[in-house]
Amino acid sequence: MEQVIAILIDGVIYASWLFVVAVGLTLIFGVMRIVNIAHGAIYAIGAYATATLVGLGLGDDAPPWLSLVLMVIAAASVAAIIGPFLERGVLRWFYGRDEMVLLLVTYAILYILDSLMLTVWGSSPYYVTAAYGVFDSVNIGSLSYVGYDFLLIAVALAVGVGLHVYLAYTSRGKLLTAVIHSAEISSAMGIRINRIYMGTFTLGVFLAALAGALTSPMISIQPGVGTNLIIISFAVIIIGGLGSVYGAAVGALIVGICRSAAVHIAPEIELFVIYMVMVAVLLVRPEGLFPPMRVRQI
Amino acid sequence: MIVEVLRRLRSQGAMLAVGAVAALTWTASSTAPAMAQSDGVFKIGVIGFLSGPAAESFGIPSVNTAKMLAEKLNAGGVPAPYATKGIGGKKIELVVIDEGAGGTKVIEGFRNLVERDHVDAVVGPIASGNCLALAPIAEELKQFTILSDCGTPQVFEARSYDYVFRAGAHGTMDNVSLVLYLRDKGVKFDTFSTINQKYAYGQDALADFRASLDVVMPGRTLKSELWPTFGAGQYGAEISALQKDRADLIYSSLWGGDLQAFVLQAAPRGLFKESQLALMAAAHVLPALGNKMPDGVIMGERGATGLLARPSPLNDWFWKTYVEAFKQIPASSSAYRMAQSLFGLKIAAEKAMKLNGGKNPSSQELAAAMTGLEWDAPAGRIRMALGKGHQAIQDAAVGRTKWDAQHKMVTLIDIKYYDADCVNPPEGVKSIDWIKSGFKGAKCSQ
Repeated sequence: MEQVIAILIDGVIYASWLFVVAVGLTLIFGVMRIVNIAHGAIYAIGAYATATLVGLGLGDDAPPWLSLVLMVIAAASVAAIIGPFLERGVLRWFYGRDEMVLLLVTYAILYILDSLMLTVWGSSPYYVTAAYGVFDSVNIGSLSYVGYDFLLIAVALAVGVGLHVYLAYTSRGKLLTAVIHSAEISSAMGIRINRIYMGTFTLGVFLAALAGALTSPMISIQPGVGTNLIIISFAVIIIGGLGSVYGAAVGALIVGICRSAAVHIAPEIELFVIYMVMVAVLLVRPEGLFPPMRVRQI
Repeated sequence: MIVEVLRRLRSQGAMLAVGAVAALTWTASSTAPAMAQSDGVFKIGVIGFLSGPAAESFGIPSVNTAKMLAEKLNAGGVPAPYATKGIGGKKIELVVIDEGAGGTKVIEGFRNLVERDHVDAVVGPIASGNCLALAPIAEELKQFTILSDCGTPQVFEARSYDYVFRAGAHGTMDNVSLVLYLRDKGVKFDTFSTINQKYAYGQDALADFRASLDVVMPGRTLKSELWPTFGAGQYGAEISALQKDRADLIYSSLWGGDLQAFVLQAAPRGLFKESQLALMAAAHVLPALGNKMPDGVIMGERGATGLLARPSPLNDWFWKTYVEAFKQIPASSSAYRMAQSLFGLKIAAEKAMKLNGGKNPSSQELAAAMTGLEWDAPAGRIRMALGKGHQAIQDAAVGRTKWDAQHKMVTLIDIKYYDADCVNPPEGVKSIDWIKSGFKGAKCSQ
């Protein structure tokens, strides 16, 4: 019984972290048809920006919870600077080209951002562990969890619910949904899709940076921290359905719990199990579990 | 129509221009090395991680050391026996390529070093997988190559090479010495769990550790074997699995950012209060982790390197020069392994140059001079004793962590050194077979 509880808790914590990353990725793809390979680098910049802000703003006497506030500020700052710059300055020049071209452009951006991080922050690791000790430990049976782990679940829930409310109940969300269905018709109907594109890309950047900021207290921040993450995030959105916010949530949950189960029961197939699930889903539903609704164009 | 023709011409013109620039670049780069060599330059290709998860722990210290030593050797500023300028009086010039771009790029970069830059020697790469992939290419191109760092014993145990060398001991001795340390220091444990990255290095490490344990301390029960992917970053489930097991000892070959993340996530959950942590090669993370690394963790660092290095005039000089240059201590074995690679190369090249009248030695001449060579390095005596004189052995060391509040750094105490002949297999015997034979032929001083 304890093992089942451990699998569920570990799986949900991991899924929450994955969801915050993957939902930004899927949102950008859903609206802009861009497979953003640079998403992992933006995640890393979120972590580095947090390290810089916490280093500047958190003296020895400052309360550790302040670093939680600085994380959000760091993610917002990254989004405000990088989002519009990349979308307006680089990506928009390639709109209308083949999706593969845009993929290659984001691949180039990945390398540029990686080099930029090395130039700005160097190769030495950064630590911002104060936030990890903000909450008390939680004991469940023989297992001890850090309270911060459960903050990840809360943030993922807030992001998921927030996006749902935005898409389903706000006029701007409905405009976004219209663009997801057809950018061309939306444009013809008077929707300023350039503004939607910039907003969406910036939101995606914010979510990636937020995930990096949230992870920063648990890792050593150094070159390459986002490298592997992007691969698993792609598995998540492929399972859930490319472009589907709800699919990203379900995909993250499936990947998280399957991985956790593998670690506890058959650790040697930990990575294999993620891709096995992906293949199984693709065999049954080639467009993923929750493909976004498509308007038939005549 | 006219517009279309102009567009085509413009596009063809652009292509021609690009082609011309590429051709000029290629021509220039093809002729440059020949000129450089006649100008008294000894060109070394260096392959190391400048990006990616291995950069901080291994790549940057390795490449930094190469740059530092090239500068010091060129100035004649290294203590004896390396006091002569450059290599045989020729100025050392480095061509550095990034290993972080992946295996295919490493091979492509290696080919460029050989065919475009015409380097005299290549030092690197670092990752075991890249060493295994690159060694046959080096052999095919007949390029003298020193594998600087990788740990897998498979390189020279699976086949032999004429042009490929490794100037540092492979990973077997790190696990053998760790197990001997557990025995010698009377570490009590009945059960153990393991966590290793799922690739050649982690798999070889665990095989060596378990086989050594079966010989030296038999009867211990394995509780669980965990295999996170390289660069996993999140270890929540693994820590839960280890907590559930409550093994007396946890063994790991995790390194770099993965090890740091594991420690940062496991320590607040109390994992190390319940289990003794024993790490194959981990001292490189100590300066960065500081007091976040618990006291009493048993660890090595791929030989008597870094915080485990013995004092010697050469090591003292190396340590001081590195600190002055980079404002941090050379805690990573990669820095030491690059140093022993370059010092070994200097000795071999100068030996070959004495025989060929002082010209830049060919790969064949370098290989002949390097085979079976012995030389001194900051990590102690390096001997090309295995792999038909192509694989080095060196002394090993293991210690325990202790936070030094006065100097605000983690130190290693209770250090025990193991002779190279005690913890490395004899020539011609595969590591795992040697361990299973009960270390037959090992020469231990105590």
